[in-house]
Amino acid sequence: MALEKITQVAGTAIYVPGDDIDTDRIIPARFMKCVTFDGLGEFAFIDVRVDPTTGRKTEHPLNDPRFAGASILLSGSNFGCGSSREHAPQALYRYGFRAILAESFAEIFFGNSTTLGIPCMVLSPEDLRAIAGLIEANPKAEVIVDVTESKVTVADMDFAGKLPPHAHEALVNGKWDAIADLLEGIPAVEKTAAELPYMQRA
Amino acid sequence: MKETLLDKVWRAHSVRELANGQTQLLIGTHLIHEVTSPQAFGMLRDLGLKVLKPHRTFATVDHIVPTDEREEPFSDSLADEMIKALRQNCAESGVTFFDLPTGKQGIVHIVGPEQGITQPGTTIACGDSHTSTHGAFGAIAFGIGTSQVRDVLATQTMAIRKPKVRRIEVNGKLKPGVYAKDVILHIIRKLGVNGGLGYAYEYAGSTFDAFTQEERMTVCNMSIEGGARVGYVNPDQTTFDYLKGRPYSPKGAEWDAAVARWQSFASDADAVYDDVVVYNAEDIAPTVTWGINPGQAIFIDEAVPTPSELPEKDRATAIEAIEHMHLRAGDPIKGTKVDVAFLGSCTNGRLSDLQEVATYLKGRTVKPGVKAIVVPGSQGVASIAESLGLAEIFRDAGFEWRGAGCSMCLGMNPDKLVGEQLCASSSNRNFKGRQGSPTGRTVLMSPLMVAAAAVTGEIADAREVFGLR
Repeated sequence: MALEKITQVAGTAIYVPGDDIDTDRIIPARFMKCVTFDGLGEFAFIDVRVDPTTGRKTEHPLNDPRFAGASILLSGSNFGCGSSREHAPQALYRYGFRAILAESFAEIFFGNSTTLGIPCMVLSPEDLRAIAGLIEANPKAEVIVDVTESKVTVADMDFAGKLPPHAHEALVNGKWDAIADLLEGIPAVEKTAAELPYMQRA
Repeated sequence: MKETLLDKVWRAHSVRELANGQTQLLIGTHLIHEVTSPQAFGMLRDLGLKVLKPHRTFATVDHIVPTDEREEPFSDSLADEMIKALRQNCAESGVTFFDLPTGKQGIVHIVGPEQGITQPGTTIACGDSHTSTHGAFGAIAFGIGTSQVRDVLATQTMAIRKPKVRRIEVNGKLKPGVYAKDVILHIIRKLGVNGGLGYAYEYAGSTFDAFTQEERMTVCNMSIEGGARVGYVNPDQTTFDYLKGRPYSPKGAEWDAAVARWQSFASDADAVYDDVVVYNAEDIAPTVTWGINPGQAIFIDEAVPTPSELPEKDRATAIEAIEHMHLRAGDPIKGTKVDVAFLGSCTNGRLSDLQEVATYLKGRTVKPGVKAIVVPGSQGVASIAESLGLAEIFRDAGFEWRGAGCSMCLGMNPDKLVGEQLCASSSNRNFKGRQGSPTGRTVLMSPLMVAAAAVTGEIADAREVFGLR
């Protein structure tokens, strides 16, 4: 399976401030009553975008027309904590996000996102605030997430990012979806399984 | 020697190293449920692949199951579509399904151990972050996303990096009225909701040695709330006694061989850890959350924190939390009015949880105006509890006795908070909107504290309410 080599994501960006933004916030559980991921995009962050009492749009950054069409999401620490639901990165991808920059990521969310080809790059809190300032001043500023070099460029300024080596390798080599590699290993899987007594029983 | 249980299990299940440095890790046991598997089966069909090891794959239905009107078709057509999809996927691929009519259905993390499927020295994956629960048996158990569910269905493996190991030792005897739930809430409070990033948590010390399997499960269950994807306790006689005679446990001569093998997986006495922290059981009091993540927790006799007095990095979330919870900084948490009391979930929906509460609830009544529900974690738990007369005690006290499922832990079935209701909950997450209402409020606590809240109509100290001092 030939996958796209994800070496760079370029586009406009949006800053959704806050630490510990959990996957229930990204996609509330009631929207997981589905047997496909289609249509999840419109519900990304829905409970903070729409006031549950009045039904009106809130002041949430995603409702700010200046940032409409942003493909890069900036946030705080421990982004994507909580549930293992892949519905969360699926919703963000379908909403239009192609890269996420944060101070840190929850582990399962990070893995789920990488598997969908969404680079999740770690930046220092200072740099994230600086980028947030730049895009606030100019919402149309192009933000370039350079996956190969693990850096972010905005308005000719470079910011160092971090990607764990395994995710970096997987993205830039077009191997972010592991299934092909795993299938290739099946003969070896059978060998490992044969040595484990419990694998022989139901 | 010098190996942790994680090292040993990893070595036994490591198939090969992938080009990017991750391990292709054999997943011995794959547990699936209706929410995160249908898309994975869809992907499998798109790729023309089949389930590689149906005999090592087990399914149940829990998240969307109504706990009151359980006849099919469900009134919620989406939920009905999900159970039917799982039923069909299991039938087509030869996967054992602990379906509603089997009498074995329940929350996946309660069913696995109860059936004896969860065993020491094994690897387990499930498309649910609370899969860490199974670590209580000395298994390495991962919550995974749907693409990984597909990977495990198709190859019985997944690509993953080996985590570091932090040993969390708790020593001493818990005081009366303090439970396993308080221990894990305390650990998360101390280490933070992201303190476990990149780590597996090994829980140890005399407190854990003395814990029952069910208490160990409560702690391992919430590892992910501390950021650790994996949590485990080394297997010992308590573990083996729990497993003996269960439907999927090894039998006869195989049993003795299995026990010897399981023992060999326990961490060596001189094992090397990436980090060690030590707590004293006697320092822990009944703990409740005041905010919107499980790390925002205080002892029952403490006050809601004042954000300006917290470390700078915690302030913004604290302000947001206090606003959402309609609390006031500096006020005692005790006395906060409660609308709903929920006893259940994969954290605290086991027989021992219900037994402990029933012991103290007998002869007491739920405060008028409080909606109190008790949801056994599995049909197995429900049936034993009913035969022991526990259901009657709960009903007499004014609790609704429901059928097995995830219920009010998350808003995927008819059990939901309404508006700004505040729920005293034995579940695991107090995120905004978690219990089904975007403005709903959740206070996490032990089962007995839920009962105290139900009886008094407010956040209360169970030790005072039930005379435990």
